[in-house]
Amino acid sequence: MRSLLIGLMLVGSMLVAAACAAPMAVTRIAVDAPESSVISPKRQAELTMMVKHDCGSCHGLTLKGGLGKPLLRERMAALPTETLSALILGGVPGTAMPPWLGIVTPEEARWIAAGLRQGAFE
Amino acid sequence: MNRIGHALSATLLACAACVTASPSTPSVPRGTGDLGLIVERAVGRVQVVEHSGMTTLSTVEGLGDLSHASVVFSRDGRYGFVFGRDGGLTKVDLLEGRVVGRVVQAGNSIGGAVSQDGSLVAVSNYEPGGIKVFRATDLSLVADIPALDDDGKASKVVGLVDLPGQRFAFSLFEAGQVWVADVSGPTPALQKFTAAGKEPYDGLVTGDGRFYVAGLFGEDGVAVIDLWHPEGGARKVLPDWGHGEEKLPVYKMPHLEGWATSSGLLFVPGVGRHEVWAVRVDGWQVVKRIPVHGQPVFAVANPAGRQVWVNYALPDNDTVQVIDIDTLEVVRTLKPGKGVLHLEFTPRGDAVWLSVRDEDRVEVYSTRTFEKLRALPADKPSGIFFTSRAARPGF
Repeated sequence: MRSLLIGLMLVGSMLVAAACAAPMAVTRIAVDAPESSVISPKRQAELTMMVKHDCGSCHGLTLKGGLGKPLLRERMAALPTETLSALILGGVPGTAMPPWLGIVTPEEARWIAAGLRQGAFE
Repeated sequence: MNRIGHALSATLLACAACVTASPSTPSVPRGTGDLGLIVERAVGRVQVVEHSGMTTLSTVEGLGDLSHASVVFSRDGRYGFVFGRDGGLTKVDLLEGRVVGRVVQAGNSIGGAVSQDGSLVAVSNYEPGGIKVFRATDLSLVADIPALDDDGKASKVVGLVDLPGQRFAFSLFEAGQVWVADVSGPTPALQKFTAAGKEPYDGLVTGDGRFYVAGLFGEDGVAVIDLWHPEGGARKVLPDWGHGEEKLPVYKMPHLEGWATSSGLLFVPGVGRHEVWAVRVDGWQVVKRIPVHGQPVFAVANPAGRQVWVNYALPDNDTVQVIDIDTLEVVRTLKPGKGVLHLEFTPRGDAVWLSVRDEDRVEVYSTRTFEKLRALPADKPSGIFFTSRAARPGF
């Protein structure tokens, strides 16, 4: 029991250390998607900022909703990546959700969709 | 011994310096007229700043989720009421640099207002939709007004402002209504304007307390209510559109803030368009659709007159422009950096403070020379609010 606790603490502190030392690298492994290997770490950091702050201006900084609906993992994971990325690129007509094609590429939209499904931005 | 003595006196000096610098024990009493709060949205913190010397006095933590946070002030300018996205209402003492009261009053909120006499603070909520009214002294609940339409469906509430006579006005996003709540008596009295317009996104009251203006997202134009003649209902002010004009996608909901200017014009962001509309308050006509750099988020008139400063939504949120009120043309374009989210004028308009979110700083510009006067570090800054708001109806 005790060793398990120590083990957990060790892993915890390693994670914290990793997060402090290399935020880029963490962002990069945070989303498990084929696009992670082709989108540059710098762009992944920009996209992460965009999800939190720009998507977040309607959906909440913590993605739990605002003017827009929540983008939390439990809701997102129920939708296929392709559906979500199409929604990001095309928007939802008749609502305040705009089409983001032009701001992000289809590849980047798939990366964001995968990240939302994995709760990577929460 | 000598060395220890030196070390000791150095420590004592350092401590003395701490005490003198600490805002919690000011050595000299000070006024609050040049104070303000900067919201650091991602870390749940506010900075207490002063705009005479353009410095940060203290930071106050523990305010929760401050994305889209806004602030109103007690009439003595000492306390800021901070409305957080997570439903938190936090009372901050600017002089002592600390939290003196906090309630989490809803699941998801958007803004607030302080009553004409300063005794009440109202908060507008998304979840559950409605407003709640609290005593400014101890944040105890006075009234709870759910925003339910005739079918019992809840709406998100936006555009909450104070009106003369202990009243608050606000807009219901889904229901397309504007309500006025009179909280002067023991139970709130409601007046509803049921067909104001489709999806009001924000609202303002003119400085004379006469007109409530709601910007509309779901259709073109703004809804206007003459509060001196409420029997006239809500009317729509429409721009004179050309044929075949398509709206652009809106990446950030615009805001309405500011009074009609001395020249009788109100400046409104053109939703989905690279335009600011100059609207003549007398007669409510759009006198000019001013072409600008991007989709406006804020179009705020300098209290000193003659200028309107505008910031923009993605992908143009690195730019700020200045419109000359005399010619209704853009006279200056500035590029402070990525993510310019908000702007606030000093009380007499000699300077403007801009939050540059993505570059983690707040910049101060002269409104006369457009020269950058100062840059202050801030963690993902969003709203900037000066205590001069305490003396302005509708703020």
